[in-house]
Amino acid sequence: MPIHELTSAYRRGETTPTAATEAYLARIAKLDGELGAYLTVTREHALRAAADADARYRAGTPLGPLDGAPLAYKDVLCTRGVTTTCGSRMLERFVPPYDATVIARLAAAGAVMLGKGNMDEFAMGSSTEHSAFKPTRNPWDLARVPGGSSGGPAAAVAAGLAAGGLGTDTGGSIRQPAAFCGVVGLKPTYGRVSRYGLVAFGSSLDHIGPFARDVTDAALLLRAIAGADPRDSTCLPAPVPDYAAGLPQGLKGLRLGLPDEYFIDGMDPEIDRAVRAAVDVVRGLGATVERVSLPATPHALATYYVIAPAEASSNLARYDGVKYGLRVPGARDLVEMSSRTRAAGFGAEVKRRIMLGTYVLSAGYHEAYYGRAQKVRTLVRRDFDAAFGRVDLIVAPMTPNVAFKHGEKEDPLAMYLNDVFAVPADMTGLPAISVPCGFSVQGLPIGLQFIGKALDEAGVLRAAYAYEQATPWHTRKPALP
Amino acid sequence: MISREDVLHVARLARLELDDAELEKMRAQLDSILTYIDRLKALDVTGVEPTSHAVPLVNVMRDDEVVPSFPQDEMLRNAPDRVGELFRVPRIIED
Repeated sequence: MPIHELTSAYRRGETTPTAATEAYLARIAKLDGELGAYLTVTREHALRAAADADARYRAGTPLGPLDGAPLAYKDVLCTRGVTTTCGSRMLERFVPPYDATVIARLAAAGAVMLGKGNMDEFAMGSSTEHSAFKPTRNPWDLARVPGGSSGGPAAAVAAGLAAGGLGTDTGGSIRQPAAFCGVVGLKPTYGRVSRYGLVAFGSSLDHIGPFARDVTDAALLLRAIAGADPRDSTCLPAPVPDYAAGLPQGLKGLRLGLPDEYFIDGMDPEIDRAVRAAVDVVRGLGATVERVSLPATPHALATYYVIAPAEASSNLARYDGVKYGLRVPGARDLVEMSSRTRAAGFGAEVKRRIMLGTYVLSAGYHEAYYGRAQKVRTLVRRDFDAAFGRVDLIVAPMTPNVAFKHGEKEDPLAMYLNDVFAVPADMTGLPAISVPCGFSVQGLPIGLQFIGKALDEAGVLRAAYAYEQATPWHTRKPALP
Repeated sequence: MISREDVLHVARLARLELDDAELEKMRAQLDSILTYIDRLKALDVTGVEPTSHAVPLVNVMRDDEVVPSFPQDEMLRNAPDRVGELFRVPRIIED
């Protein structure tokens, strides 16, 4: 059940936050051994928060539409007193002394934290197979991956092990798993949501955003977490609209652009068909759709794989065995201690990205790789600037393929290519959403992406909502017990 | 093509100890990724200004006021080794 329906039921007295939370906890106990969506289940914490919400509903003073909503948070968001591992042995026993701003804001809105969601280590990956602890399985087909890096919360929402959740998106890590799991995933504009308490990966690319069963819930969650934060100087001071109130405005009169470069050779024909059918639906709802060109797109992924690892190599330098996290004992000096600690604490993908990032920033290569990538990033941005001179929103496929099998993409580059349609919105900071737009013949979800102008989450949500309400996809559920 | 020596050099810069098997695997994988990245060299970026951040926010200022900080003991609780209010590390200065 979506959050907005659940909290309406609380208001009508049909159920209570405690009853709903207990039902979710029971479902987690029953199913998560197989799914692996959670790294930590915060049972006591959840029941306490639910009891507080019960009292507010009894008194007739709920905090708002999220009061008593049971949620899953990606384990890269700091939670006071609750282990935050980032899916890494390095932080296996790290207990943050404070809450991330997004966690504090949702707590203040009455949300109930069910637990911390599994993820690719330090958010590096597209399958959640790079979690140091366990893989997460796709609720639609347990042999397949849920996508990544926020695979845990995405799978939890899809499987009914949480009513909604939070993930992070540096190179598609909210939207790609949302597409693979058949849920809604929203990456807001860069700077729209505070990142205080988010463990950093690529600082110019990291975004926090919601997972939801439907677009209305995504709008409600975004409203609760968005807005200026004195603790994050990269967070924008722009006012936050009432996104849910704007949803019913429809698509009539909106101009949508369909980018030629997002229909590539090698793309799954089922996705091509589903997305083109979705575009027909959008047109039928009164939007005009025209072809646009974003010519730098074929270079966006290569650019991303210079910039993101470069920033990661710098951000992850902090894991040196001194201040927090793992330390391997017995070293003779500081360099040996750090080098051994990092060798033991990081998994293969994180090491690869650190190495790649260090290489592209090293003397002699900095300008050829990092300097050039930053310039190509400008070209990617210019493409969108030009397109948005003609259209209000971009509509495109979210991924070139549906969820793949565990172990299928052992070659790192093959894994990276999964995010080819996702990374441009991260590099430009533009708001983007993935909304379910059909299923493959094998019953695997397909995602449709809307990308908007900076700070126009309202437009992105409005288009996604109109499409969602005209189609049945969001009502389908995986065949779980 | 990236050499074994390049990989060793970068691993030292990155403070990552790699064993021999990891080293060769890493070399081959970095080589394949860098070959893919090399497609950027075909683009003409003459006169293009670099983008370092998606949003041009600069010099966000606040009043210089003293506000409460986290208790020292709480912030040191995650330290792998400490002595009183200090982090303890292997000796870095010879007697």
